[in-house]
Amino acid sequence: MSDPAEGDGSAGTGGAAEADDADDATPAPDGGERPQPHTIRLELVDEPGQLLKALQPIADNGGNLLSIFHERGNITPRGRIPVEVDLECPPDRFEGIVDALREEGMNVIQADAERYGEELTLLLIGHLVDTDLSDTLHRIEESTTASLADFSLSAAEGTDEVSSARLRLATRSNGTDSAVETVRDIAAEKDLTVIEPLTEGSA
Amino acid sequence: MTGHRLAVLGAGAVGGSVVELAADYGHEVVAFADSSSAAVDPDGIDEAGALDRKERADAVGDGDPADALAADYDVLVEATPTTLGDAEPGYSHVEAALSRDRDVVLANKGPVAERFADVRALERDSAGDLLFEATVGGAIPVLATLADYGPRNVSAARGILNGTANFILSRMTAEGLGYEHVLAEAQDLGVAEADPAFDVQGTDAALKCVILANVLSEARADDPAEAREFQLTDATVEGIEDIPGSALELASESGRTVRLVGEATPEGVRVGPRLVPPGSSLAVSGTRNLVQFEHEHCGQLNLSGRGAGGPETAAAVLADVGRLS
Repeated sequence: MSDPAEGDGSAGTGGAAEADDADDATPAPDGGERPQPHTIRLELVDEPGQLLKALQPIADNGGNLLSIFHERGNITPRGRIPVEVDLECPPDRFEGIVDALREEGMNVIQADAERYGEELTLLLIGHLVDTDLSDTLHRIEESTTASLADFSLSAAEGTDEVSSARLRLATRSNGTDSAVETVRDIAAEKDLTVIEPLTEGSA
Repeated sequence: MTGHRLAVLGAGAVGGSVVELAADYGHEVVAFADSSSAAVDPDGIDEAGALDRKERADAVGDGDPADALAADYDVLVEATPTTLGDAEPGYSHVEAALSRDRDVVLANKGPVAERFADVRALERDSAGDLLFEATVGGAIPVLATLADYGPRNVSAARGILNGTANFILSRMTAEGLGYEHVLAEAQDLGVAEADPAFDVQGTDAALKCVILANVLSEARADDPAEAREFQLTDATVEGIEDIPGSALELASESGRTVRLVGEATPEGVRVGPRLVPPGSSLAVSGTRNLVQFEHEHCGQLNLSGRGAGGPETAAAVLADVGRLS
């Protein structure tokens, strides 16, 4: 609810634009132990010391702050101040950071793992084998920033029957939409059906 | 609330239930028609007699359907079957009532899904009002909630809006059975119609989402007459006919489930099978329907209940009648 609605609503604040800039600032390695950028949205109670209280758990848990956007002019209907924090951390530390924030009583509105789904699961249905499965998978990896994290094929009973596959793709922040689009294009070309994940919380 | 005098057009499950239940809600039925006959009585028709005759002789009375439309009623309840394109004869019924400054309550989706701008224009020129709660989500108070909580604050509505499709997907998942098998079972149970195309191809869910998109879009327009209008042809629609049991198994193995999900925003409509994450409120089972609003101040707001059925949908119709002044 927060981002799209605020962006549409009024005479453009800088919130969305700044977040995008931060996301562009990184090269594109695959996974590994290299720090990856993340965005966390918090809503702070309007009291002294709250911002510091929010930042401490990030530093304590191995996060490196990149930027903080404190939207004082954009107080929520509940009287809280939205804060968007960009940070980077090794892939395995992010959950710990979010947990630590919640333990501190911080109101975490969105953490990008939830919002963007760094993992994306979808189904492919059709004549998967006849349409060159390895080519399909290869092209999905080639033409997106996603890498195939897991793959399950449920083979057809007869050769004429359709088969199904479940793909788990690891995508970078913000890469989900384009990954889905690419899969959709490749599937359309091969007359396969894609069952896309439902992303709640976005329009 | 004072009782209203109702003319009920359409004698299917919904129209019949409205006639049967109207008195419980404090209203009187003065006219009742199916496609070929009518019962009209300014002092109130014999409801039980008309329903009994419909069952035995496939006629509700001795009159002509046009008599019902011309009767002296306060509220026209339009419950004839949903038609696409020109939405006739439903649209003409709406036009006839509004031009006489009478109120209209729709159970028929056609006029508001296919000709939303036209019916709103008729309503603007009329002293009568048009309500259509029963067209989206059966018994669930979807449109009333939307109106109360402000459609401008709702960025998206999504939901499970077809009980037949949801029943089929739930059974296929739970029992590991194929589509054809479960469809036949659903037909035996009366959950699916003999011709299930409207439900399993996503058309029915899409019409409901088109209606929601029209309401969301209208609320954002400075001049309602200029609001972007949606019709079925504007919706991206996929059905569930081609989903093999193996796909549902793969979904289950990862803790997910496949549901026919409809999404409406002020910008568009999309209906199709989607992978629903574990724990999602959209993972409802059986014929249950669920609508979820993304509301600026409330976050997610979920409403669920029975999305079809005679008495259920009639209750939504009669709730609308009660909302009229």
